[in-house]
Amino acid sequence: MSHATPGTPSRVHLDNGGRAPWHPLARQAFEQALGDGWADPRRLHAEGRRAARLLDGAREAVAAVLGARTQEVHFTPGHTASLQTAVASAAAGRRRAGSTVVTSAVERAAVLQAAAYTAAAAGAHPAGVTEPAARPGGPVPVDRLGRVDADAMIAAIRAPGVALAALQHANGEVGTVQPVEVVHDAARAAGVPLLVDAGASVGHVAVPGAWDLLAADPADWGGPAGVGVLAVRQRVRTASAGPEDEDPWAPGGVSVPLAFAAAVALQAVEADRVEQAARRRALVDRVRAQVSHIPDVEVVGDPEGRLPHVATFSFLYVDGEALVTELDRHGFAVGSGSACTSSTLEPSHVLAAMGVLTHGNVRIALDRATTADEIDRFCAVLPGAVARVREMLGVGGL
Amino acid sequence: MSGTLVDARGLHCPLPVIRLAAAAKGLPAGTELTVLSTDPAAKLDVPAWCRMRGHEHVSTVEHTGDRDGWAVTVRLA
Repeated sequence: MSHATPGTPSRVHLDNGGRAPWHPLARQAFEQALGDGWADPRRLHAEGRRAARLLDGAREAVAAVLGARTQEVHFTPGHTASLQTAVASAAAGRRRAGSTVVTSAVERAAVLQAAAYTAAAAGAHPAGVTEPAARPGGPVPVDRLGRVDADAMIAAIRAPGVALAALQHANGEVGTVQPVEVVHDAARAAGVPLLVDAGASVGHVAVPGAWDLLAADPADWGGPAGVGVLAVRQRVRTASAGPEDEDPWAPGGVSVPLAFAAAVALQAVEADRVEQAARRRALVDRVRAQVSHIPDVEVVGDPEGRLPHVATFSFLYVDGEALVTELDRHGFAVGSGSACTSSTLEPSHVLAAMGVLTHGNVRIALDRATTADEIDRFCAVLPGAVARVREMLGVGGL
Repeated sequence: MSGTLVDARGLHCPLPVIRLAAAAKGLPAGTELTVLSTDPAAKLDVPAWCRMRGHEHVSTVEHTGDRDGWAVTVRLA
């Protein structure tokens, strides 16, 4: 390429899961809402009413995409807060039925921790999510591809004492899509509400209708961080799990400009979602095929039933932290679920539950702006980076 | 059991698996090796290594007390 400056390669950001760059229209909407929606929407003067109109419009727009009624959609302080509040308030609404929250083993840590907390608060099970799949009555196991055992999950939901069930739409770490429809059918028949964490999927694939509570993450679809979306069907009984507040889903209220930018971003990504999904799926297929030619690699997650923009693989005899650093040095930002890259030195509970190699793990999530050229460059650099890290550890011939 | 022991305590991923693989090199099929590790990733990654190399994962025993960690035993193919 004639315009490229030798020696100063541009950065390629492939770690967009849960924190993607803002969509250009979201930035525009945010600017506009700073002017029109800075006021407290709960106040009765003209400025407050103008902010309230923006917030109502944002809820309406999000509701239309999620297939919900406007009054079923709530903005929260963020995705983790959405999941915590959803578990706490739905479980509190059914405390007479029991205190067990049935989850898959690959739910986000926020869901697993909230489920353990709910059970511990009721004195039912000890808190803590170490060894999640191994504890009887604990999270429901997944197969090698990361898909939950639907029969086991349904059996757990039908057991006595269940307040709530939680199953993600798709796993953001490995991309595998979960059987939410069949689990929701069974949960409905059992009278147990189902929380669907769609934080990794909304904006990338069609939103499922199979949910009673649905959490979605604006920071993942090109909207701002610092605001979350939680939809709760009107038929679901909830109870406040915290101190009284005018807005129990976001005590003190949410930022109107953030909520408005989140809604505009969602409308924008929905407008060409199908084309974007097809384009990114082709690029991810290319990455998975190319990576499988590197010696001693496990390409992780379901090859078919998966998110279009996520790819994950683990390299044998590779230090995950060293590989992330080596790729960063060459201009590529990637994620990893390896223990050495986490603050706790514990490997990803998702990889652990799947029984795949946890060391040498690399995970990429393509942005809408990621180009085919960037992916080709990544595929060209990766084999050498893996080889160099292996060389440092002296693993030739093993 | 041949009793071959690989002490990888105190080492982090992927070193316990690498030490095990190095110890296994050249040993005849059917040999059993046990790797001791304090790294929680090793108890997951040794069985994965077995799967990728065709070896058999025999057992994983958790030690507590003054010898915290795991003893993972494999049988070579």
